[in-house]
Amino acid sequence: MSRESRKARNAFYARPWTGPNRHYDILKEGAIALGVVTILVVALSALFSSPDDPALTFKGWAADAPDNFYSVMVSELAGTSGTATYGPPYNEGDGVSLGPLTLQKWGGVTHPVDSANDFVITPLSSQVEPNDVSAALKTWNAASADQQLKWAGDYDAAVQATADDNGDLHLDAVATGDYGPVPDLAKGALAMGTSGAYDNALTGQGQFFQTDQTKQLLLMGDGSYMDDRATELNLQGNTWGMMNEAGSWPGQQWLAFTSVWYQLPWFNAADDATGITRTLTDNADVIIAAILVLLLVTFTFTPFIPGLRDLPRWIPLHRLVWKDYYKKHGRQTS
Amino acid sequence: MSHGTEAPPGADFEPTTWTGSARKKWMSTLPPEKMLPESQPSYVASWIYVFGMLTIVAMIIAIVSGVVITLGGVQWFHESSIGKFMNSLHYWSVQLFFLFMVVHLWGKYWMAAWRGKRALTWATGVLAFLTAVGVGFTGYVITTNFNAQWIAFEAKDVMNAIGVGSVFSVTNLGQMVTFHVAPLPIALVLIVAAHVLLVRKHGVVPPIDAIDHDAVAPAAAETETSEVVS
Repeated sequence: MSRESRKARNAFYARPWTGPNRHYDILKEGAIALGVVTILVVALSALFSSPDDPALTFKGWAADAPDNFYSVMVSELAGTSGTATYGPPYNEGDGVSLGPLTLQKWGGVTHPVDSANDFVITPLSSQVEPNDVSAALKTWNAASADQQLKWAGDYDAAVQATADDNGDLHLDAVATGDYGPVPDLAKGALAMGTSGAYDNALTGQGQFFQTDQTKQLLLMGDGSYMDDRATELNLQGNTWGMMNEAGSWPGQQWLAFTSVWYQLPWFNAADDATGITRTLTDNADVIIAAILVLLLVTFTFTPFIPGLRDLPRWIPLHRLVWKDYYKKHGRQTS
Repeated sequence: MSHGTEAPPGADFEPTTWTGSARKKWMSTLPPEKMLPESQPSYVASWIYVFGMLTIVAMIIAIVSGVVITLGGVQWFHESSIGKFMNSLHYWSVQLFFLFMVVHLWGKYWMAAWRGKRALTWATGVLAFLTAVGVGFTGYVITTNFNAQWIAFEAKDVMNAIGVGSVFSVTNLGQMVTFHVAPLPIALVLIVAAHVLLVRKHGVVPPIDAIDHDAVAPAAAETETSEVVS
C-alpha cells in the first residue's frame, strides 16, 4: 500500500462512522458480563479454592537438611555464601552487568547485610546458649577480623572438601585443623535452627514490629532447601518457573513473554562453561530485562512500525471477525 | 449575581471560566451520545468484542475481593475459611482478568485496531497490561506462603540487576503490600479509564478494507435488516 493510499484510508478510518448501525446497550452488556463473570468466579472458587503451600521455615530446613544448614552457617561466617558475595544493594561488589553498564551498582548499598553478624552471631547472641557456644561467641568477638576470616575460611574450605560426586557433604570427614570457635558456632546455629528459635530470632531481628523479610529470605536462599523444594515443584526459571506456581494451578501465564527467554540454551550454560554463554548466563537477568524493554517499546509503537503493523493484513484473521460485514458489503479493494 | 439553575449551554456557549472551558471541551470531545451510546456500527458483531467488557468486570471483582482481603490482612486467608474463600475469589477473578485481557489484546492486534488515529488507545492498552503484570506480581509476593518466598527470592535478582532493587525491594513485605493495594491498582484503574474514554471518543475501529458508505450511491446501498437503526 502506498503512503498516500495509507493516509487516505487512515483518514477514512478516523472519520465518524456513517455506515449502518445496530442497537447496542452498553450498560446491559456490562450488567450481563458482571453477572456471568461473577458466577464463573464463584464457581471456580467453590470448586478449586486457591493455592496456599505453607512457607518454609528454618526449623524445617535444619531438621530436613542439617548438613546443608550447618555448612551454610559456616559459609556466612567465612563470607563465601551467595548473600555475602552478592553485591548491591546488600553489600559491596559488582553484581551483574549489561556490557559496560553495571545498573546494579547505581543504587548503592541501601539494604546492608553483614552475613556473619546478621545471620549467625546476632541470632546466637540473642539466646541463652550452652557453655561451649557462649565460649565460642566470646572467642569470636575477641578475635580480629582477619583471624575470624582465617578460621571461618579454612573451615569452610574443609567442609566443602568433603563433598562427594553428588555434592553431598560428609561432616564427619572434615579434616582436622585450627578452626577456632567456628565449629561450635555452627553447631550452636544448627541447634537453634532445629529448635525453631532461628525463625523467631531472625524474623524479629530484635524488634517488636518487623515487616521486611529480606534477611530471612536471603539466608534461606543461600542453602539448598528452598531451591530443592522449588525444583521439586517445577519452579526453576529454566522449567518455566517464572510463570508456574506451587501445585497444579494456572500460575502467572501472562508472564510467558518473560519466561520464554529463560528457556534458551544461551542463558542456561553448564556450571563449567566458559566464554560467551557463561557471560550471558551470569548476566541473564539484566540482558533479558533489556530485551523485554526493547520488545515492549516495539509492541507499544506497533502502529508506527512497518511490517509489524501490516501483519494483520497479511495474515487476515480479521476476516473471521468481520465476516458478516464483508459478506453484506464486500471489501474496499483500492 | 445570578440565581437559580443555569440553562444548559448550547453550541454557541462561550465559557468565561476554567470550569466552563473544561465543560465545553468535555462536551465536544465526549458528548453523552458517545459516552453512553444506544447504537454501534453494524460491524461490531463478534464475540471478540465482548472481551474488553469481560476484562473490566473481572477487574471490578478482583478489586472488590481485594479490598475485603485487605481489611482482613495478608495472613487472613491462612486462618479463616471466609478469608480463604475471599482469596479464591480474588485469585480466580485475576486469572480470568488476564485471560480476557490477553484475548482482547491479541484480538485488537489482529484487527489492527490502532487504525484511524487510535494509536493512543492501543498504547494505553499495552500500558494497562504492563501495569496489571505489576499488580499481579506484587500480589503473588504478599501471599505469605511458599509461592511468595520463592517468587520474591528469584524476582529480587531481576530487580537488583536492573538497578531498582534499592528502592523497590520485593523481599520487603510491607512495601509490597503498599504497592499492591494502592499505587499500582489505582494506576491500573486510571489507565483503563483513559483507555475506555479513548475508545468512546474515537469509536470502534471500522473493518480493514471497510466500504466508504458515503461514497456508495444511495440507490445501490444495501438496505439493512430491522435490527439496524440508521
